Amino acid sequence: MARAVTTQHKTIATAAAWIVALLIFFPILYTIITSFKSEQEAIQGFALIPSGTMESYAEVQAQSGYFKFFLNSVILSVGSTLLAILIAVPAAWSMAFSPTKRTKDILMWMLSTKMMPAVAVLFPIYLIFRDTGLLDSRVGLTVMLMLINLPIVVWMLYTYFREIPGEILEAARMDGASLWNEIIYVLTPMAVPGIASTMLLNIILAWNEAFWTIRLTTTNAAPLTAFISSFSSPQGLFWAKLSAASTLAIAPILIMGWFSQKQLVRGLTFGAVK
Amino acid sequence: MATQQTRSLARFMMAPSVILLFVWMIVPLLFTLWFSFQQYNPLNPIRNGFVGFSNYALFYSNPAFLSSILNTLIIVVSVLVITVVGGILLALLLDQPIWGQGIVRILVISPFFVMPPVAALVWKNMIMHPQYGVFADIARFFGAEPIDWFGQHPLTAIILIVAWQWLPFATLILLTSLQSLDGEQKEAAEMDGAGFISRFIYLTLPHMSRAITVVILIQTIFLLSVYAEILVTTNGGPGYASTNLPFLVYQKALLEFKIGQASAGGVIAVILANIVAFFAMRAVGKNLDK
Repeated sequence: MARAVTTQHKTIATAAAWIVALLIFFPILYTIITSFKSEQEAIQGFALIPSGTMESYAEVQAQSGYFKFFLNSVILSVGSTLLAILIAVPAAWSMAFSPTKRTKDILMWMLSTKMMPAVAVLFPIYLIFRDTGLLDSRVGLTVMLMLINLPIVVWMLYTYFREIPGEILEAARMDGASLWNEIIYVLTPMAVPGIASTMLLNIILAWNEAFWTIRLTTTNAAPLTAFISSFSSPQGLFWAKLSAASTLAIAPILIMGWFSQKQLVRGLTFGAVK
Repeated sequence: MATQQTRSLARFMMAPSVILLFVWMIVPLLFTLWFSFQQYNPLNPIRNGFVGFSNYALFYSNPAFLSSILNTLIIVVSVLVITVVGGILLALLLDQPIWGQGIVRILVISPFFVMPPVAALVWKNMIMHPQYGVFADIARFFGAEPIDWFGQHPLTAIILIVAWQWLPFATLILLTSLQSLDGEQKEAAEMDGAGFISRFIYLTLPHMSRAITVVILIQTIFLLSVYAEILVTTNGGPGYASTNLPFLVYQKALLEFKIGQASAGGVIAVILANIVAFFAMRAVGKNLDK
């Protein structure tokens, strides 16, 4: 592995990589910068140094009650994730530890539900939600987000559980551990990292889901995706406010995302690339 | 080891997931299929009734339907080309020894975590705005006329935004695959005098082929249903210039209440997705056997 790396090679590669990376990151950076400008400044042309005012942040909260949407995003993404984990853990568990001939078919079928386009069921779902009073309710949307991400959760948990060696279970059983003890003392500690990574990825996906969250809500249950979309009809130019709202909307997920790069690859490729 | 008892326990543990997904997939889909053969308009209930295949016939006669399918395919193919080619190049670059690799990776992956409405609005207002956007500033700096992206080239603008969101995904996955390439093989190839190009064609590319397949398939699933990016930028216009199939279905169903036509569009969307899914399942399924 001792490949001779010349300093020159490294310098050129570093420069190229940083330039490309900064270009890709630029729209996000510029949004953050603009959020610290006043509305006047924001449309005065290209400037990388803002005046540092926080007025846009204050206004976003004062005018539109930003925090309510933020709270909805938290409730929906965390709630749907917990619900999905609760339902998926037993399924993934049994498929990983006592697989049958049909396990593979079931897994593939679950994956196929993820491929169904949302628009294909837009109207029936809309009707069902309307007639059951679930439209614009947090409960309804939590269930919805749980359902669309359930296949990914089952899959991810399955790939993690499958890596837990079965011999350990047998050893525990030989030592006379009951099924319950086996689950609590042997399996759970080994499964926790996998469950945590699955939750992290699923919260990210649920937070950014932008079809059902926009179409099935109006005000009460509207999360940040719906709130930001309401900026699309411009009654004037509110770029500093849009930037402030956007920065707050993406910051928590951006930070979570940075910590979950590895899990992201694994989760979104259904274990096909590790 | 699989006794009768453990087998029924396994079934019991799987039941909630399976039943929920089954109901969630089948029931609404049957509704849609049924509606697609009906004329159904909640605002004008007198003319409701069975109409056979006439909703589907619109896909041949109504230019909006045909162009929406075409736009869907243009978006999918263009974004795939940009992200896969760009992703391979970026992955090769990031695989080099560089200073600050961790930070560079974080910067490159970031757009993937930006929610679609934010990504689209930031690009629409701050980057591509014909008057105040950064692109306009750059154009004026070089003495050129700023481009009215969403008025003149709406589909191109949307493709650029969506490609920006998915390039990080492709890069990350291709980079992960690249880093699992055996260093000794690379070294051996180098010793044998293989240049960068031939190393790439005969060693790196075959090694990455699986990851490339996965990237193409997974992105296709998501790209077939691009929605929020269109909603907050062009709203499908001008005319139907940037309307894709999902957006058309949404317009027909929730704005015009032409449920029959919308449902037929939905069924077509399912068929499109199934063609992709067929290949996707085979690719992922192969991995399961290992």
